[in-house]
Amino acid sequence: MKRVVITGAGTINALGHDVPSTLAAMREGVCGIGPLELRDVERLSIQIGGQVRGFEAEGRYNRQQISLYDRFTQFTLAAAKEAIDQSGLSFSGELAAKSGVVLGTAGGGVSTWDDNYRSVYEDGKNRVHPFVVPKLMNNAAASHVSMEHNLKGPSFTVSTACASSNHAMAQAFTMVRSGLAPAMITGGSESMLCFGGVKAWEGLRVMSRDACRPFSANRNGMVQGEGAGVFVFEEYEHARARGAQILCEVAGFAMSSDASDIVMPSKNGAARAMAGALADAGISREEVGYINAHGTGTAANDKTECAAVADVFGPHADKLMISSTKSMHGHLIGGTGAVELLACIMALRDGVIAPTIGYEEPDPECALDVVPNDARDAEVKVAISNAFAFGGMNAVLALRAA
Amino acid sequence: MSIKDKVIAIIAEQAVLEPSEVSMESTLEDLGIDSLGLVESIFSIEEEFDISVPFNANDPQASDFDISTVASIVAGIERLQAEQS
Repeated sequence: MKRVVITGAGTINALGHDVPSTLAAMREGVCGIGPLELRDVERLSIQIGGQVRGFEAEGRYNRQQISLYDRFTQFTLAAAKEAIDQSGLSFSGELAAKSGVVLGTAGGGVSTWDDNYRSVYEDGKNRVHPFVVPKLMNNAAASHVSMEHNLKGPSFTVSTACASSNHAMAQAFTMVRSGLAPAMITGGSESMLCFGGVKAWEGLRVMSRDACRPFSANRNGMVQGEGAGVFVFEEYEHARARGAQILCEVAGFAMSSDASDIVMPSKNGAARAMAGALADAGISREEVGYINAHGTGTAANDKTECAAVADVFGPHADKLMISSTKSMHGHLIGGTGAVELLACIMALRDGVIAPTIGYEEPDPECALDVVPNDARDAEVKVAISNAFAFGGMNAVLALRAA
Repeated sequence: MSIKDKVIAIIAEQAVLEPSEVSMESTLEDLGIDSLGLVESIFSIEEEFDISVPFNANDPQASDFDISTVASIVAGIERLQAEQS
């Protein structure tokens, strides 16, 4: 089996329009969550989110591209360009023929659905733009990345709600590890912060009206975010031969299914995914210094996740650090694992642990070192990144310092 | 139908019971209604009575709307109707 390393990273999210600004914001514990600015916001009972601000499609993309790019695709293309530029790869010949794109999204072009339903139902129009379907389809972002960067190998989109990105990156990882592809572009994107997207989440009654406070006893729900995270996963020898800068190594992964409830998380399913990722990577639990938690800020997730960590790590659970950056950028749903992987890279490469901000009161059911409110300097050799989706589908990645 | 009968009908449907099997003293837990059933019941109540019920599934006790028994739900609806009419 081949080793897999990350040689490029890109993002856009509520904390920043690129990786350096996002990591700087995570170090500073900046909160990117604020009042939503969107049409009909006054009809929403949830009016906060981690919205990407100052991102205008005009100027960035031409008129024809805008007619084809939903916001989730726009985010993806921006993040993919940053990642591929950083990697220094350019895809042609054999490399292009074998390299592909696997991205996660839960909703795809939600704004495109929303705008066009509004047009036909509310405005009574009987005609929609000819590109509605290619704009909203869940694989649109992956397709445009393949076209933009000449990636002709295996490409597809994974959709497993809040674990979409982690499942996608797990697929890309196996492809590079097995030798199927020398490099894969992977990660995920989401853009649900439109009236219909927020209204749907409101219905479930799990959203906070004021803040995302993971692991804090007074937490009262999740807050949606938006954006994208995209990475270049590359075969280690391929990267080394060309002298590429290695951000970290992807050492292993595991997926599990709770097979129990459509929304309530399961300690056992989460624990099996974490333990499985360590086993796959050949990592002992004592080596893990940092866990980027799923940490949604809901009552159910955070206590279940902490209990699962205690089960898997035993006494070592009290020594490792676990934080949820959703407190800063919100829950990017299908894109969340990708943006959160940046916190793992920061831990492994820069020795900085992103905090869980908004932490106000200890919860005896979440009695771990959640790196409350302030970032911390610490040398970490191994980090894992958790994603536990609605539907009970879990995916955990294990990463090692380069 | 009175508020009480409408609430019992909604709760009975969620619990897959006959209305006669639901009493004012019944708790949702007694009737086997889980967290999803509770959220759906609240939605049905909002639709039926055209009110907005303040309820966050993360902290059901935090809301002024007491969901502990059918009787407390009926009282809560009466109060919200008066406030929101």
